[in-house]
Amino acid sequence: MTVTTLPDEPTRRSRDAGAPGRRIPAFLFLPALLGLLFLVLPLIGLLVRTPWGSLSQQLAGTDVTAALRLSLVSASLATLVSLVLGVPLAWVLARIEFPGRRVVRSLVTLPLVMPPVVGGVALLLALGRNGVLGRYLESWFGYSLPFTTAGVVVAEAFVAMPFLVISVEGALRTADARYEEAAATLGASRLTVLRRVTLPLIAPGLAAGTVLCWARALGEFGATITFAGNFPGRTQTMPLAVYLAMEDDPQAAIVLSLILLAVSLIVLVSLRERWTTTP
Amino acid sequence: MTFSTPPDSADDSGTDASATDGLRAHLVVQRERFRLDLRLHAEPGEVLALLGPNGAGKSTALRALAGLTTLTDGHVRLDGELLEDPGQRRRTSPERRRVGVVFQDYLLFPHLSVLDNVAFGPRSRGLSTRAARERARTLLADLDLARYAAVRPRTLSGGQAQRVALARALAADPRLLLLDEPLAALDAQTRLDIRAHLRRHLSEFTGAALLVTHDPLDAMVLADRILIIEAGVLVQEGKPADIARRPRTEYVARLVGLNLYQGIADGAQVRLADGGVLAVAEALHGPAFVAFPPTAVALHVNRPDGSPRNVWQATIDGLEWQGTHARIHLDGEIPAVAEVTPAAVADLKLVPGSRIWAAVKATDTHAYPA
Repeated sequence: MTVTTLPDEPTRRSRDAGAPGRRIPAFLFLPALLGLLFLVLPLIGLLVRTPWGSLSQQLAGTDVTAALRLSLVSASLATLVSLVLGVPLAWVLARIEFPGRRVVRSLVTLPLVMPPVVGGVALLLALGRNGVLGRYLESWFGYSLPFTTAGVVVAEAFVAMPFLVISVEGALRTADARYEEAAATLGASRLTVLRRVTLPLIAPGLAAGTVLCWARALGEFGATITFAGNFPGRTQTMPLAVYLAMEDDPQAAIVLSLILLAVSLIVLVSLRERWTTTP
Repeated sequence: MTFSTPPDSADDSGTDASATDGLRAHLVVQRERFRLDLRLHAEPGEVLALLGPNGAGKSTALRALAGLTTLTDGHVRLDGELLEDPGQRRRTSPERRRVGVVFQDYLLFPHLSVLDNVAFGPRSRGLSTRAARERARTLLADLDLARYAAVRPRTLSGGQAQRVALARALAADPRLLLLDEPLAALDAQTRLDIRAHLRRHLSEFTGAALLVTHDPLDAMVLADRILIIEAGVLVQEGKPADIARRPRTEYVARLVGLNLYQGIADGAQVRLADGGVLAVAEALHGPAFVAFPPTAVALHVNRPDGSPRNVWQATIDGLEWQGTHARIHLDGEIPAVAEVTPAAVADLKLVPGSRIWAAVKATDTHAYPA
């Protein structure tokens, strides 16, 4: 009976291919392990060197609360600005065919790859006291953005918004636009379609984009220090405080870093919760 | 077909005062390599089926009526209201047309419950959340779907989703209902149930309804009138029985399972355009069609003689089994499809390539003017 051996063979072959206990080749395993250590070791270093005993003293002694509050507030405001401007921008990029769309998309992603310091310089040249736009802000409204808390928000939004735009645009592209058509045939206005169909459909992408944007704004350093300076209580955010503390009080720098790390971890965990409970 | 209107209103049948109710449309959509040019009208309460092969322009026509595709030319008029006319730069957006659509894959909003899906239309038309839900609840109860109100659409079966999609479209109180391949996504058994269900609800619907399908059976069962389009133009229009008896193109003939020939009639004989002569029962003169069902074709090993009939020699081109019988494709002077029993296949040793005699009685044919 040759027939009975036939169905056996493919099974054996597939079992081999998908064997769970397959050996990992050394030329992949070693770099992988090194990569993991490279990413985790600095964090371990931070935890090891943390002065756990004098933690509360350190916290009370520095301007940590002011810097932390400023960081949280400005990162949240920058995220809000990014949402208000970035979601419509993402919608236009995803849904409207227009000449030069690829150029516009490249421009939007430019702050993503540009060194943040360059972004800060560019912001100064545009919105500074003598900037292209800034001089009119100064002469018409008597208002100056650089070296203010508002300037911090602008710098953070400039760097962080592309993360949101990219994320939301991707979500919009994969969302089925025909749901919007179905909503229109049911009598929904454009605004209703956006509110009740489009945004709920892209909610996971929107949430991920928002968190990424917020995290990027929270960690912003280069553009902020260039455009907004480093004034405690006004423009000195956590990353700036960490950098400054490293020079005269390394212990404080470690504590501040630990707090930022904790905030990042909380964000990461909440993000994972979001991702696993998508509708 | 549509030449009964006086010549002065021929370009816009909607201006006829006696015919302001229902749908009057001339759809022209020009694409790069495709042109849809279709006139259609439907009275309130009438169910129209738009039948045609893939790529014939059925879906384009549906989208144009719903306002999802812009017309290049022509017009859409619903209950006397001009919805679109590129010549007059008139265009009503989809959300302002009272046109409901049941999409092929239903497109139920995945993030809303069944109840809120159905309440979506009434809410968008200005009802409060509570009133809209009340209306949705009533409609779901009417459609025997009340127990699914709280669930998300993805947990529904195909048949249930189809009925919810119908409920959602009806809830917005449309004056024209469009159904895009409403049964295409369903399995055979569900199809039967839903077809009967759909038939009942379409007959209760007071507005005009248009059904797009490539399945002749759906069209025959559900529609009062069938429009057949091929390559963007109307090729035949009529009641289901007429279409089934008198196909006018090869596509339609294949759909309804008939052999169809075109030729010139001279009394009880029709000289076919592609060669050959068929004896028919009806006496006709001039361009004519001849149709006969595959079951009318008898196959013989030797030339049969006897009663007046059409006899010709053919080569078997192919053979396919369809349930309890076999369909034999015959090539020869008169190409045809014959339907025979498995016993005949065995007795006559019907295999592709073999030569055979085909015979059709004149009384089994149906001839009609082209």
